[in-house]
Amino acid sequence: MRPELELISEWIRPGARVLDLGCGDGALLAYLHTHRQVSGYGLEIDSANLVQCIQTGVSVIHADLEAGLADFSDSSFDYVIMTQTLQAVKHTEALLDEMLRVGRQGIVTFPNFGFWRCRLQIALHGLMPVVKTLPYQWYNTPNVHLFTLRDFEELCRRKRIDILQRMVLDHAHQPRSWPRLWPNLLGEIALYRLGRA
Amino acid sequence: MPPTFPPDSVGQVIPQTAHFAEALALDCGRMLDACELVYETYGTLNADHSNAVLICHALSGDHHVAGYHKEADLTKPGWWDNCIGPGKPLDTREFFVVCCNNLGGCKGSTGPTTINPDTRKPYGPDFPIVTVKDWVRSQARLADRLGIQQWAAVIGGSLGGMQAMQWAITFPDRVRHVLVIAAAPRLSAMNIAFNEVARQAILSDPDFHHGHYYEFGVVPRRGLMLARMLGHITYLSDAGMRAKFGSELREGKPNFNFDTEFEVESYLRHQGRAFVDRFDANTYLLITKTLDYFDPAADFDHDLSAAFHRTLARFLVISFTSDWRFAPARSREIVQALVRAGREVSYAEIPSEYGHDAFLMPIPLYHDILRGYLARVAREVNAHAA
Repeated sequence: MRPELELISEWIRPGARVLDLGCGDGALLAYLHTHRQVSGYGLEIDSANLVQCIQTGVSVIHADLEAGLADFSDSSFDYVIMTQTLQAVKHTEALLDEMLRVGRQGIVTFPNFGFWRCRLQIALHGLMPVVKTLPYQWYNTPNVHLFTLRDFEELCRRKRIDILQRMVLDHAHQPRSWPRLWPNLLGEIALYRLGRA
Repeated sequence: MPPTFPPDSVGQVIPQTAHFAEALALDCGRMLDACELVYETYGTLNADHSNAVLICHALSGDHHVAGYHKEADLTKPGWWDNCIGPGKPLDTREFFVVCCNNLGGCKGSTGPTTINPDTRKPYGPDFPIVTVKDWVRSQARLADRLGIQQWAAVIGGSLGGMQAMQWAITFPDRVRHVLVIAAAPRLSAMNIAFNEVARQAILSDPDFHHGHYYEFGVVPRRGLMLARMLGHITYLSDAGMRAKFGSELREGKPNFNFDTEFEVESYLRHQGRAFVDRFDANTYLLITKTLDYFDPAADFDHDLSAAFHRTLARFLVISFTSDWRFAPARSREIVQALVRAGREVSYAEIPSEYGHDAFLMPIPLYHDILRGYLARVAREVNAHAA
């Protein structure tokens, strides 16, 4: 996870106001607070994660992302971040809209279903892929929407969301040079910085 | 004989009294010439006086928040004993905990039952109606007296949470953390309506004598009992009451009279009766008005986030799912205002069937969150002291 935190942090302006949707144990916010002096909040639904955030001093607000971000006003954050969360929510489109309403920019990371191993497993074995970034079986996965880089970029185009920056990583969250050649085939994790005019 | 207190108890505690000779100007425009506050403390104040925590009590609470007054009576610990003590969420090995009976109370602090020096009779209904702000100002005097310039935390549930909020607004630099539990930024019309019915029950009791019942050697028992029974319903939840009492007839068949036939009736009557023996009707009237008047946004053009703009404290806000007296939505109003004001705040909504009463219950997740938050406060205190 560490390299991903560093990469996201490079995209964040120091002193920015940040909202982290599905902040987990608060590791990203704690990292951004130390390295980018950001202020802000995490939203989290899991109680064990809440306790963890509160213990470490990360400001966390108990909330269900599926209910939207009605408690937050327009453009009240510099960045709204969603790491490894978009594939696990039901209302994907609505949440993307909410993200770019509340935040001036959005940062999204997700596992790429177009990764060659996923394609190979379906093509050769006819089984739902199980890879390092998608380690679950079809019957116990928390993910409800699986998609590829191309799927996501297609959605952004349709929704008039601007892709400001993109990066692809391997399963160890390391940026490599070779996936850049063919990101939708070789990238395991996608990072996007988004905006809307 | 060795001490018989549980090992995680603060043990036997003795209330103390602070006398304040200097007059206190109240929000109602009147002056309180002199006053006394009864309080208890647990734990030890550290060398730089940075580990003090103030607990603010709710409507029927008092200064006896933890430990025991008598060794003989281990059934009656302070009202939040499950949370305060060595090794408990508010760890008295780390913190110096203070709790006082609020002005207008009936447990020793100056209030309606105190003798008015001008008339040599109890103040009764002539005791001024005090506000949450008045309480906070009087608590600040107690802090001065104890040598506490800044609280590590001010904590309160329900009406206590309102005082905690007010502390951050009135004295921004005198509190580092504020814990607002099962509270609301102001009362709803429905909250006020319940308070009004409670007041009418007391005011219409023939033994009330316009509040001067002390002189007649009576107390408005029926009125105060009704007020408490009504209050109690609002502290519980439908599901919680169903689970606790059911709606079976105690004798299995109706008697076609008005005796106690259902468990819930007997519970409410018992709660009402017990309350009359330990609480004063004038104090009850007064504190329901204190609740009704609470509105920190009023001083800031009715903008709660503007009220929080000047605060410096970090906030923890907690609500309980089945609390309909001060529902989670009311806590979220507080959180929303704090977010808009750019303040640091964490918020947790605890699943519970206990209704409003949940804030006094040792619910594991609730206590984990308090413990986690207060451990962080303790770390800050120790880092600063080191």
